[in-house]
Amino acid sequence: MNAVKYLWAAYIATWLIHGIYLGSIARRYGRLRQRMKDLGKREE
Amino acid sequence: MKRAFPILAVFTALLLAYAFYEAIWVAPMERTMGDVQRIFYYHVPSAWTAFLLFTVNLVASVVYLIERSPKADAVALVSAEVGVVFCTIVLVTGPIWARPVWGIWWTWDLRLTLTLVLWLIYVSYLVLRRFSDSSQTPKLAAVLAIFGALDVPLVYFSIWFFRTQHPQPVIGGGGSIDPRMLHVLLINWLAFSCFAVVVCWWRYRLEMLQRAVDEAESLESLMGVPQ
Amino acid sequence: MSSLRSITLATLTKDIRLEWRSRDAINSMLFFSLLVVVIFSFSFDPNAEESREIAGGLIWVAFLFAAVVALNQTWARELRNQVLDAYRVSPAPANALFLAKALGNFILVSVLEAVMAPLFMIFYNLRALGPAWQLIPVAILGTWALVVNGTFFAAMSLRTRSREIMLPLLLFPISIPAVQSMVEATRIILAGDGSARFWIVLLLTYDVVFTTACLALFETILQAE
Repeated sequence: MNAVKYLWAAYIATWLIHGIYLGSIARRYGRLRQRMKDLGKREE
Repeated sequence: MKRAFPILAVFTALLLAYAFYEAIWVAPMERTMGDVQRIFYYHVPSAWTAFLLFTVNLVASVVYLIERSPKADAVALVSAEVGVVFCTIVLVTGPIWARPVWGIWWTWDLRLTLTLVLWLIYVSYLVLRRFSDSSQTPKLAAVLAIFGALDVPLVYFSIWFFRTQHPQPVIGGGGSIDPRMLHVLLINWLAFSCFAVVVCWWRYRLEMLQRAVDEAESLESLMGVPQ
Repeated sequence: MSSLRSITLATLTKDIRLEWRSRDAINSMLFFSLLVVVIFSFSFDPNAEESREIAGGLIWVAFLFAAVVALNQTWARELRNQVLDAYRVSPAPANALFLAKALGNFILVSVLEAVMAPLFMIFYNLRALGPAWQLIPVAILGTWALVVNGTFFAAMSLRTRSREIMLPLLLFPISIPAVQSMVEATRIILAGDGSARFWIVLLLTYDVVFTTACLALFETILQAE
């Protein structure tokens, strides 16, 4: 039954990797929206 | 079109949850390996998805070289990035599965080794994109993608022949598969494919936003300091 | 077609003449190759039984490193004198430039190999138990496999940051089937363990595929500078 630990490790690793990638996209999105806003402000 | 995205995202999340349930509770237990075998339902669909994404990258790269369309270039970038993510998952889940079952972390298993080489090729693709002068990046990257694609069958044959000379354990189980297991496998593949579409879509929108911002900023600096 | 050949030849002889005049580059590469062989000999104890097993791999890894050092030099001179711009506007086919560069590199790397191979044989007491003549097509096809893609990727790396590391970074993954073929073929021939025919054919296929790809796409790369 020790083997089941590996099963959970694999599933957790999968979602961890996906999560990190999605998180990096979200973070870049936030930063870009901020830059867009700054650009808009400077236009005025 | 914009409204479709959140709907697809929610649908995908539900599908993934269902697929997970199927993989853990519904799928029959494998005779020799036990519950650990269920890693299979994440490992194999991730591999298929990665290969599919790399195929998209190849098509987008060829389209770019013919049409010089920036959208094709963006699709190439996105599919390569997401493909590498899925590829990483294959390379991580493979050894995690192999260790308890065969007692070894790695073997020159055909799928795993091919995935490793693809991972290396596409990581080098992403590095090229990051390190090269931005005006010419799309063209260079597209050419590299074609080289990578040409390499794949050669890699396949070299690994295949090597394995006939040096027999190795097969991760992922060769031979016929129980139809109930096949059913769960396909559900997980569908779920991960939808997930890949959602992630690519989101990443594509990010890329378009990035380009728009870059263009606006360079335009602004061209216009000079505001009076 | 003859203009392709004459331009290629002219460029090639120019490059060789230039290299020969400033022998520094070749000499330092030769010394580097010698150092690689010696360091490998210290690291991988040349005990006769095991050495024949790993010699196939070792010798090609050593060649690979020497080739990367040589390839990195290849475009540096062109860049320095803005020769690339002249090529771009000239009506000469881009293929001629590529072919000349690739052939020049092939000759250079072959010279390095001709120096390193005997040294390997001496340090490791190597004897070919299989058909030794087969090592020649392996060496030619294998060297060309590394050089043709190496020249191409060196050109691609020209306008990138960290140009010197970019070349091996791009070259190594794509070269994996070629390197595996060279290593296995060499191992089989040295150990007399079966037929190396499959690997030689795979190497030949690799060479044909990528030579075609390089010739077809070099124009695109050149314009991309």
